[in-house]
Amino acid sequence: MEIFSSLLSGSGAWNPLAWLLAFVVAAVIAYLIWARGERSYKKGTEQTAPFISGNKEPPKGDLHVRAGNLYWGYTDALKGYYERIVPLHSGDMNDYVLWYLGITALIMVIVVVFS
Amino acid sequence: MFFNIPYIAVVVLALIGLATVLFKRNLIKIFLGIVILESAVNLFLIALGYREGGIAPIYTNAPAGEEMVFSTVQALTLTSIVIGVATTAVMLTFAMVLWKKYGSIETNKIRRLKE
Amino acid sequence: MSQDVINVIIAQSPALLIAIPLVFAFFCPFIGKISNTVRNIWVAAGMALTSAIALILAWDVYAFGTRIYVFGAQAANLALPMDSGGIPVRIIFTVDPMSALMQIIAAITGLAIILYSISSEQRHSGLSSFYTLYLLMITGIMGMVSTGDLFNFFVFLEILSIASAGLIAYRVDKGLAVEAALKYFVLSTIGALAILFAIGIYYGEYNALNIAMIASRMQFTVLDQVALVLIMAALAMKCGSVPMHFWTPDAYSMAPSSITAMLVVASQASLYGIFRVLFTLYNVTLNTATVGWIIIVLGVLSMVVGVTMAIPQKNVKRLMAYHAISQTGYMLLGVGVGLAVLGNQPLMDSFGYVAMEGGIFHIINHAMYKGLLFLTAGAVFFRIGTYNLNKMGGLGHSMKWTMVFFIIGALAIAGIPPFNGFASKWMIYESVYVFNPILAVIAMVVSILTLASFVKVFHSIFMGPKLPEHADVKEAPLSMLIGMGILAVIVILFGIFPEAVVNTLIAPAAHALTNQGAYISAVLGGA
Repeated sequence: MEIFSSLLSGSGAWNPLAWLLAFVVAAVIAYLIWARGERSYKKGTEQTAPFISGNKEPPKGDLHVRAGNLYWGYTDALKGYYERIVPLHSGDMNDYVLWYLGITALIMVIVVVFS
Repeated sequence: MFFNIPYIAVVVLALIGLATVLFKRNLIKIFLGIVILESAVNLFLIALGYREGGIAPIYTNAPAGEEMVFSTVQALTLTSIVIGVATTAVMLTFAMVLWKKYGSIETNKIRRLKE
Repeated sequence: MSQDVINVIIAQSPALLIAIPLVFAFFCPFIGKISNTVRNIWVAAGMALTSAIALILAWDVYAFGTRIYVFGAQAANLALPMDSGGIPVRIIFTVDPMSALMQIIAAITGLAIILYSISSEQRHSGLSSFYTLYLLMITGIMGMVSTGDLFNFFVFLEILSIASAGLIAYRVDKGLAVEAALKYFVLSTIGALAILFAIGIYYGEYNALNIAMIASRMQFTVLDQVALVLIMAALAMKCGSVPMHFWTPDAYSMAPSSITAMLVVASQASLYGIFRVLFTLYNVTLNTATVGWIIIVLGVLSMVVGVTMAIPQKNVKRLMAYHAISQTGYMLLGVGVGLAVLGNQPLMDSFGYVAMEGGIFHIINHAMYKGLLFLTAGAVFFRIGTYNLNKMGGLGHSMKWTMVFFIIGALAIAGIPPFNGFASKWMIYESVYVFNPILAVIAMVVSILTLASFVKVFHSIFMGPKLPEHADVKEAPLSMLIGMGILAVIVILFGIFPEAVVNTLIAPAAHALTNQGAYISAVLGGA
């Protein structure tokens, strides 16, 4: 059936159904491994409590890592780039209009010169 | 020589309009700049349809053999004027609300959204 | 329904596509006086009818080829009146497979969003004008993508701009939304005037406003180059390509979520405008390598700057808006590569068409998953009242369906198989790699950064323990879930059967774009 054929790009092929099949096989194998696991685990007992070197567990709300703390290393490593690119978004309408007109002029020069 | 005067006027008007939009900070002045720009485009359209010695393009009772000016561009200009009135009205409404909420209509004060 | 009625509907569908949303829009304030429920049914019915007409028309176009519709002529296909001297004087709608594809996008997302907004907007006042403007947006988009007349394109563009600006500013939000709308509107008004100026140039040179007529007479003089750049830059600004994207995050983040999803489609209508002008109006007369590379550079800048600006954002919708910019870059890249090798048949066959198909496939995929993502952000806002990522957490415990839809959308935008984003990105990678390997590498890195940033969003909204401040949060209402569900199902289906979609919808659209002669002869006949 045509609906199940692969997507061709001229240099490669992609068939999501084959991929899904592989995914299902992997899931079955994972399930089999999981099913052979430890059976003495009980929910709601001491077993499930986190072990923090004997310290008391803080309230749940304090444990959530909030968005502001994520990717700190990434933004810090690319500081030089961000220091240049973020101030361009100045919020000033005149700047935005200037960018638009400037790019129009630039493209115009390129197109007229190169043709 | 005479034929080029309207086009020179178009360029001058467009430059005045663009300069106003770029370099004025007061929203009302920016809107006036846009209106001037709009007039430049309208004048351009009308000038395109002009034929020297042409009569108004009204078909009924038109004398035979007389040249008419082009009617299509006049219809375009009418439409464009109507659209221009609508856009000006919308922009002035925005200026009104911003004046109430921000207490200013200077573009360097209206930049709470940035980065 | 008898066969005659169906035939009339099919014959008149291009006109109905504009007339129905207009009629429903302008009666909406009166219907709203009766009761809110009746008005909701009215707008949902209006949108459903518009979608049905759009799908019927699209089916007809895909099955039987390009349709033209001449307003005010004796017969709908009489483009050239006897006494006109071979010039199409009337307003013509030319619906080819590319237009039909855009109509399908607008029809599906429009319907999903109206179902969603019936619940999401219910707490707000002044809804009659909200839905009036919404249906006007639909009119503007449908008109822009179907028209075969440049001035008509400008008129619909302005209808779309005015309606969008009104909706962005709709919830004044201490003036912030009005500020966003102001920036959007001033820029798009100046852009529209540039387009009108370019239309004037065409009229002065070729005495015509009809796209097919101008295309058949195109000389590519210096004036044509000026007109091309004016239109291209204005529409690139309106679809939010870097470095003219500054209005996009403001407008997308401040508009109501349902409207943001529609603004994505509106940007794509502008993107369609660029492609229509480049391929149908100019085609090989322009310097394809130069203009193609300009589009590619705009695309690469959009991809990189969009995604890097997205990562540190704290407002979830602002973050998604930067991703929308980034994804637009993929479409520009794909189609730009196609344009750069246009006219060189061996290169077109080996990778040009695949690149264009990838770019065009990405348009429809993007409308579906980005719409879905904005709708999930809106559902979260509906329940907790903030877009600030730092104030969210643990919502996966209470909003399970919203979380599932978010995961689907996030994996699709990051290009993870088997969702639809992967299929189109894969086509772009494979073909662009043949053209220039560096571009393909950049595209893949951007995809990885997209995934990284959505991991952050997913973690901060849904993961973690249930927070005390969100203890009583409930799942989003049913009609919002249905709206999101429609888009999610399409995301999955397009991902699992990409080949069927590409063969039936995308490839005809890509070939319709490149085949300028077919477009001209559909309007002017013979030739």
